[in-house]
Amino acid sequence: MRHHGAVFFSGLLFALGLGLSGMTDANKVIAFLNLAGDWDPSLAFVMVGAIVVHFVLFRFILRRTSPLFNENFLVPNKSEITSRLVIGGGLFGVGWGLGGFCPGPGIVSGVSLSSHALVFIVAMVAGMVTFQLVDRATARSQSRSMVTDS
Amino acid sequence: MLTSILYALAGGALIGLAASALLLFSGRIAGISGIVGGLLAPQRGDTSWRATFVAGLLVGGLALVAIYPQSIQSPNGRPLIVVAVAGALVGYGTRLGNGCTSGHGVCGLTRFSRRSLAATVSFMVTGFITATLYALLGGGA
Repeated sequence: MRHHGAVFFSGLLFALGLGLSGMTDANKVIAFLNLAGDWDPSLAFVMVGAIVVHFVLFRFILRRTSPLFNENFLVPNKSEITSRLVIGGGLFGVGWGLGGFCPGPGIVSGVSLSSHALVFIVAMVAGMVTFQLVDRATARSQSRSMVTDS
Repeated sequence: MLTSILYALAGGALIGLAASALLLFSGRIAGISGIVGGLLAPQRGDTSWRATFVAGLLVGGLALVAIYPQSIQSPNGRPLIVVAVAGALVGYGTRLGNGCTSGHGVCGLTRFSRRSLAATVSFMVTGFITATLYALLGGGA
């Protein structure tokens, strides 16, 4: 219960940060990404603020043997740069530049019940589900071809 | 502009604080696309914290609507069909690339992850190109 309360608080704080920073204003995001118009670079400072604070805190947190309300830390340690990673990032950027929403702000904006935010969320979930189906199908066909190869 | 930068810094600091809180409390990385993606492929014992975090995001959104409603704005001049294509690309791309602006752009860069740097450069470059081309090709600002 304490764990879930703490996670809920983290999500709430995250949303307030997104709103305060300007990330939930899709027009501001587009004005940041559109270099041909009246460029608004201010959103670059969202990353600055977030990274500075997290950089100071995360090293203290990871000195603990375990998190406060959970068994273990789950921090990615992969370092290989794959084509999936770069292509996935690239596709995400195209979507971000087209709509002005990335996942967090898209979800937070959903509570305004604006048709843009709701369409974005439905399409994003559909995109994620499509990825899972494609990924599972490729994994299956690869394991099948490995069986035939041997 | 200065006000905008201060808001961005302060909001960013809150985001960094929230990511740190999730790490301290739960030991998990605050990558929104990963958290949501995990909800769509539920695994035993790994679902309720994700749903709780998303609930926190939504209640945070309601608080924004109540106290700072102008912070939430839909993109002007973007037809819904464009937003639908955008959402599909964001959903597919973030799962293929294992993260988004929060997971790679904030949490990953903070850890000096090479993968997150590569992904962040990739989505920033295509984001700039796409929004700029859309404006230049007459799609409006």
